[in-house]
Amino acid sequence: MSQTPLLDLSGLRKAYPGVVANDDVTFAIQPGEVHALLGENGAGKSTLVKMIYGLVRPDAGTMMLNGTPFAPAEPRAARAAGVAMVFQHFSLFEALSVAENVALGMENPPKPSALAARITEVSNTYGLPLDPNRRVGDLSAGERQRVEIIRCLLQDPRLLIMDEPTSVLTPQEVDILFATLRKLRAEGSAILYISHKLEEIRSLCDAATILRLGKVVARCNPREKTASELAELMVGTSLKPPKSGGAAPGDVILKAQDLSMPSASAFGTPLRNISFELRRGEVLGIGGVAGNGQDELLMALSGERKLPKGSLYFDGEDIGTRPADMRRRIGVLSAPEERLGHAAAPNMSLTENAALTAARRQGMLARGFVNWGAAKGFAEKVIGAFDVRTPGPNVAARALSGGNLQKFVIGREVMQAPEVLIVNQPTWGVDAAAAAFIRQSMLDLAAKGTGVVVISQDLDELMEISDRFAALNEGRLSAEVPTGDLTMEKIGLMLGGAQTTAMEQA
Amino acid sequence: MIWLEKRPAPSRTWSAASPIVAVFLTLIAGGIMFAILGKNPFEALRTIFWDPLFHEQFASFSRPQLLVKAGPLILIAIGLSFGFRAGIWNIGAEGQYIMGAIVGAAVGLALYPSESALIFPLMVVAGAFGGWAWAMIPGLLKVRFGTNEILVSLMLVYVAENILASAAVGWLKNPDGAGFPGSRNLSQWDASANPELIAGTGAHWGVMAAVIAVIFAYVVFTKHILGFHIRLSGEAPRAARFAGVNPSLLVLVCLGLSGALAGLAGLFEVTGPAGQIGIDFNVGYGFTAIIVAFLGRLHPIGILLAGLLMALTYIGGELASFMLSIPGAAIQAFQGMLLFFLLGVDVATHYRVRFGRKGVV
Repeated sequence: MSQTPLLDLSGLRKAYPGVVANDDVTFAIQPGEVHALLGENGAGKSTLVKMIYGLVRPDAGTMMLNGTPFAPAEPRAARAAGVAMVFQHFSLFEALSVAENVALGMENPPKPSALAARITEVSNTYGLPLDPNRRVGDLSAGERQRVEIIRCLLQDPRLLIMDEPTSVLTPQEVDILFATLRKLRAEGSAILYISHKLEEIRSLCDAATILRLGKVVARCNPREKTASELAELMVGTSLKPPKSGGAAPGDVILKAQDLSMPSASAFGTPLRNISFELRRGEVLGIGGVAGNGQDELLMALSGERKLPKGSLYFDGEDIGTRPADMRRRIGVLSAPEERLGHAAAPNMSLTENAALTAARRQGMLARGFVNWGAAKGFAEKVIGAFDVRTPGPNVAARALSGGNLQKFVIGREVMQAPEVLIVNQPTWGVDAAAAAFIRQSMLDLAAKGTGVVVISQDLDELMEISDRFAALNEGRLSAEVPTGDLTMEKIGLMLGGAQTTAMEQA
Repeated sequence: MIWLEKRPAPSRTWSAASPIVAVFLTLIAGGIMFAILGKNPFEALRTIFWDPLFHEQFASFSRPQLLVKAGPLILIAIGLSFGFRAGIWNIGAEGQYIMGAIVGAAVGLALYPSESALIFPLMVVAGAFGGWAWAMIPGLLKVRFGTNEILVSLMLVYVAENILASAAVGWLKNPDGAGFPGSRNLSQWDASANPELIAGTGAHWGVMAAVIAVIFAYVVFTKHILGFHIRLSGEAPRAARFAGVNPSLLVLVCLGLSGALAGLAGLFEVTGPAGQIGIDFNVGYGFTAIIVAFLGRLHPIGILLAGLLMALTYIGGELASFMLSIPGAAIQAFQGMLLFFLLGVDVATHYRVRFGRKGVV
């Protein structure tokens, strides 16, 4: 049966200085199909999707929507043609209500009361209930995504593009989203689903196109392949899962006791009575959807923000009031989520960025004077040990790709032989090979006796590498549970805020 | 179609070349301005840039003036560069300059008519202290209350000017001065004088201090952890806090340092070229130093060269107004254009200009 594809892409090409983002991309999406677009970071998924949505003009190639040529000059044209997109990062104003936000995105918004009624109707029809009068700032990430989806649905789209939609959702919210998408599919709309979550794609999608380095390398039905086969198609080589040293953990090295910290800004998350114990040689995974206090927790543990006495103990010593460089001196190191701007200064060289945290511990300081030769040497060591692809240590941090910079940032801390290492989102936005390397290096560090805290939104990652798991929800930390005892359901509940006390765990 | 595309790393060639290109563009724009004023642009530019150094008649007088004008500009600009690199904007250097002069002069005059050799060194310390203390006001207010240091330091300039006037006609007035406003002439009192150290060059202690400041700043920025922290705070404040920089301490150190250097410049001026505390003691060095700092790319050697260039425009400007009747305001416009073009050309360091069409389907 040959039906007209909903969207037919042929020979699309887009090049930027130094890189060809998309090279001769050709595939088709049928109506009523959920089509997955797979690929690592840097494979060209975002660029391709921006071309479909009218944000970027292709250098060559053609697009056909329902058999007619399709070349949107801007997103408005794409929307008028029936293409809608839900981005990974939302464009919502936190201080305005749901209805106001939706109205802002519309060409001719109806009257507020009519709009509110429409929003309620559509959101209930598709199983994403939403109160149009609530302030967006008060909504969870999953609820905010609903606003974005409703915004799209109100335009009756024929093609809905979703970019990494489940990165901010709990497992239960993922189920709700999938039910909505299946309903849309049943109505004849098509969905272009970008993700690297292979199990989800296998459960939801009918067809998949796999990109690697800008080219289409495979087209398949994801249900007929295993997750590791899909991963290998994405990466091009076979990946080995990380192996832990398997040693038994030692004494408690870091202990948080009723750690509380007010939020720094109106839209931040305060930390509330967080308690945990970290043992030497152990990996403690802290999971949680973004926006529940991960950044704040890292800043509290790293020393960027001070804590009251009695909140944080290192090897029995109270370190809550100590500033960051004093904590580094005793061996408490950290790597924040934001690579450029927080973990590293974007315009400074890797040598200077090495001195950022390693100056004291690696002997680069003498009476206040910096030994730049030693800094360069250390940077070169990190670059070598962590396979950072860069011409040399004098390159500015912003010139590195996300994966390579992340390897440098983590490597910088790991090579300082810390007693405790706290990392936030260690492999976010990083290609699969670099991610595997980083995870293995953290396991190796733990095998040597360092206590490692991994804060991450990627549950698969946490299940792979942590010995114990706790969930961060609205600034509260659940009790730690050994990873072996966990099920997806239990994790989902923990993430949703159900507190398990030590008694209930038995 | 023309658009700007961010470079993957800041361009080093443009970083070095932008002041030169900016000067060049200013010469062209300035020439046009002079032409509109009805003067021959080539003659005007020659009078400003060439004659002060090489004219057979005037040069021997104006050449020493170069260092006299450049000294305080460089000294203040070096101090400012510490703060500016960290994103701490001391706009009130003029006020710190005045207060340094007043406090230093007051301490010296309190000891009049002693001829002790300790008086001048004591005045130097007092001058630095006066400038430092005046800069601590915006500093402490920023650290404690989060006030904007630009506004506070700038407003304090006007306060300082009023204190200067009150000192000149009141509490520092020369008792032997026949009732005229102004303090005793410090450059004529041996114990406090700041004379020309090398004959014919105009190099007084202030110029020496400027050279020492340039060396000091170079060492701090390239080799010392404070310099690294300052650069970090200016470029990536979050990374600076991550690295362990204490932002309040940095504010106080940077404002204090720039205040002290500005106060020193004021002290050297009042004991040397200006000679006395008078109502019109301050001539705008504190503000021009801001331009010098940026023209020099906030780099010590750059500031040295930029200070000399700006001093040249001051002297050349005086010469041009004398010889060609070009109004003084035109020279200030010229100096402003320098800063304008510099900031404009600076874009090229971080962005590439692209022509052509973005993409065809």
